[in-house]
This record gives sequence, C-alpha cells and structure tokens, in this order.
Amino acid sequence: MTFPDGTRALSDVTLDVAKGEFVTIVGPSGCGKSTLLKIASGLLEATSGEISVDRDRIGYVFQDATLLPWRTVRRNVELLAELHGFTKEERTKLAEEAIGLVGLRGFEHHFPRSLSGGMRMRASLARTLTLKPPVFLFDEPFGAVDEITRERLNEETLRLFEQERFAGLFITHSISEAVYLSSTVHVMSTRPGRLVASFEVPFGYPRRPELRFDARFAELCGQVSLALRGAHS
Amino acid sequence: MTLDNPSTFDFDEPSTFDLGEANVVEAGTAPGAKRSAKAGVAGSVLPPLAVGLFIVGVWYFISLVVLDPKRQFLLQPPHEVWNVGFADWKNFSTMLEGMWSSTKVAFWGLLIAILLGFLLAIVMSQAKVVERAIFPYAVVLQAIPILAIVPLIGFWFGYGFSSRVLVCVIIALFPIVVNTLFGLLSADQGMHDLFTLHKAHRITRLRRLMFPAALPAVFAGLRISAGLSVIGAIVGDFFFGQGEVGIGQLLKRYANRLEGEQLFASVILSSALGVSVFLFFGWLSGKLIGKWAGESRGR
Repeated sequence: MTFPDGTRALSDVTLDVAKGEFVTIVGPSGCGKSTLLKIASGLLEATSGEISVDRDRIGYVFQDATLLPWRTVRRNVELLAELHGFTKEERTKLAEEAIGLVGLRGFEHHFPRSLSGGMRMRASLARTLTLKPPVFLFDEPFGAVDEITRERLNEETLRLFEQERFAGLFITHSISEAVYLSSTVHVMSTRPGRLVASFEVPFGYPRRPELRFDARFAELCGQVSLALRGAHS
Repeated sequence: MTLDNPSTFDFDEPSTFDLGEANVVEAGTAPGAKRSAKAGVAGSVLPPLAVGLFIVGVWYFISLVVLDPKRQFLLQPPHEVWNVGFADWKNFSTMLEGMWSSTKVAFWGLLIAILLGFLLAIVMSQAKVVERAIFPYAVVLQAIPILAIVPLIGFWFGYGFSSRVLVCVIIALFPIVVNTLFGLLSADQGMHDLFTLHKAHRITRLRRLMFPAALPAVFAGLRISAGLSVIGAIVGDFFFGQGEVGIGQLLKRYANRLEGEQLFASVILSSALGVSVFLFFGWLSGKLIGKWAGESRGR
C-alpha cells in the first residue's frame, strides 16, 4: 500500500481470518494498522494485492464512538439497519436486542453527550451488532477509555465473540488486550508495516477474567512484547 | 471579582445593613461560587437595567442641562420621546404601519436569502470544485457597497417593494451561505466513513448526516442574518421609497422635519424589531437542537 505522496504504509501483509477466529494485530502508533483495516473494509483501495472480504454487512468499530450527537442512543443504534433498508419494526427489534447485549438498557433515550466514554463505545458496539456482521473489524476501539472500563469492555467483547462467533480482526497497541481477546496475535513493525511475528494463543474460549493472572498468559505477553521491541529496532 | 456585589461595601459601614455575617463567611473563601450563586433572575436583570437607567440619566442631563433650551430639539428628553413618539396614537400608528411594511420586506428578504443561501451551500458542499467556483462570487456579493449599486437596482427593478427586498437579500445572504457551508462540512470523517461503509446514497448522507450536523452553524448564521435583514429592509426603504411607507422613509421624513421625538421613537422601534428576530431564532435554535447541541449561549 503506497499513498500518493509516496509514503509506503504497508508491505507484504498476508492475513487470513476465518469465522470463529479472533485475530489481533499489535503494533506501535503509525505502523499502518488502521490503513490495513481501511483496506479490508474497502474505505481505502490497496495499490497492489488482493483482498477478499464479505463486505455486505461488514462490522466496523471505529477508534471513536462516532455516534451522531443529534440522535438518542436508540436512534443511533438503529442507524445501520436504517441505512440497509430494514423496516421500522425490524429496526426497533434489532436495536433493542443489541442495546440489551451491551448492557445499555435504560439509556435508550439519552443523547451521546450525556454518556461516559465507555457507554458511548458500548452504544457504538451495539450499533455494529444490529447487522449481525459475519466480519467484525475493530480499529483500536478502546484506546480512549480508562483502564478499568477497558477491561470491562474487553470482557464484553469476548462475550459477544463467544456468542456470535464472527470473524474478528482487532487492532490495538495494548499487548494484554491482544492476548486476552485473540486466537492469533500478529506483531506489526513500523513503516512500511509488515507482520514480523505471529503467535497462536493456546487458550480456548470461553475465557475468564482470571486468565489475565495466569503465568502462561504473562509469558505469552512477554514474548509478544519482545517481538514488538525487535520490530522497533 | 466581587465588585458587582454591593454587600462588599458593608465593611465600610457595617451598622447600616445586617449582612455582615454572611459577608465574612463568603468574602474570603470562594468569590467564584458567590458570583454564580447570585446569577439568578436578579443577577441577569439588574446589571443591564442599571446601565439602562444610567443611559437615561445621561440623556436627561444632556437634553435638560447641557443643551440650551433653544437647541433642545437636537436631543429631546426621554419623556418627550415617549409622549410624542409612543403615547400619541396618531404618530405611533404611523410608525407601526411603517414597521409593518418594513417587517414584510425583511421577512421576504430573509426568506429568499435563506432559500438561496441553503441552495448555494448545499451545491458547494457536494464537490470541492463547485465550492471553489462559487465561493469567490459570494464574497464579491458581500463586498459590494449597497450604496454603489443603488442606481443600478433602481433601473432594473424599480423603486418599490422588489428593490427593497433585493437589498435585504444582498445584505443577509452571505452569513447564511458561509455558516451553512461550514456546518455541512463539519461532520467528522469517522461518521462519513461509517456512511461510506454502509453504502449510503448521496442524498441519504446529506439528509441523515450533513443536514443535522449543520444545524448549530445554520442557526448561528440565521441569527446574524435575521438582524441584517431588518437593517436591509430599512436601508432598502430609505433608497427605494415608492409604494408603502416603511420605517426608512419615516426616518427620512422625521429627520427632514427635525421631529426628534418621532425619529428617536422609530429608531427604538426598529432596533426592537432587530432584537426580536434575533431572540426568535435563538429561541428556535434552543427548541430544536438545544437537547443535543449543548446550551445555546445566546450567540
């Protein structure tokens, strides 16, 4: 992937995500992780290479919640179903389900500005869930929330994954988040972004929060961290 | 910080008022908190009222003390303005008719400016090249001194109602175009990406994303233009006085006849009209978008 100004953002990235797999890419800021997702989703076109994604009902969770400030939580969650031409009854039903799934019941009529960062992110997740997407792309979705909220959102993401079994491609620069959520972790280097190391995560699903305190978990985090450092130098 | 609070003066004369205790507690601790606590109805009404009284006082002083009785017509005292301008029904009804005529002009001028402004802004928002092509002419239109094109407008559109409305449109158009365009382009990239991902049609994007995102800026523009449309109506009436007599013609007439009282009264009336359209759009904005766009700060 080369931008018009000559910046080579990505080079030789080969990646497969099957249904029921949760693949995470960890890398430093500016390594081209987001570019990769944009290519996968079709927001950007790659200068060369091949992408094959079912883009009909793609789920894309953005870095920011990107809620429309003039819509209540309910109406925000309904948005995608609206864009895809669902009827009003279907929309209401889908939105109610999704709002329940992310634990936002009772906040349906709040406007985004009266919600906390974590709740906004949940509303954003719910909005994506309404389409029941077979492919879920996450672009550092929990980067802006505090650590405690982040861990809770991680649990919820896991729960959603365990329930829906979508193909997940997640981008983050948090190593523990990567290991905790994924079945596979790829490490990406800086410009041009390349995958320099891959780790199979040996833990099955469903996962419990206690996993974070497991010695093997810590060891794997250490290995990923080492690979990241290697990619930097 | 606390100068607006009269009780601070109690330190000099503690015996006259019994506010001493409250003072001591508050004065040293949190002047900010005290300030906001007092900002109730009294806090928001009294200060401007005081300034108003002060102005009336200066007015009286000039017209009764400074001016020689023979030259008092230059600035009639306030009660004369009231008696002749407002309380005398014959004069007042003439002014009301003038106001009504100018209000109609301002209304049509503003309406056309809004429709035209929205249209231009929407067209410009759709492609950068269109924006680049049209925007300079909006600036040019804004920069034309009305006075310079008065003769032209007169030739082309006559000296009546339509020319008055045209002046109004020319004056009120620019803020609407600029603010609406700015608003339409204000939705952030992430939201646009979201609409792109889900293959939203251009019209859908405009209706569901760009229009609502534009509303706060649109209202800011409307409030400016509403005031300008009143000015436009008066200026237009001043130059193009055929047909109904508007407030501009009245101002001219009163000035020629040295009828200071009526002159003052009509100035007050026309600024009242400007203020009320400004307030109306502020109110409308709060009503329509206040819930999600944050407090309207009366801008």
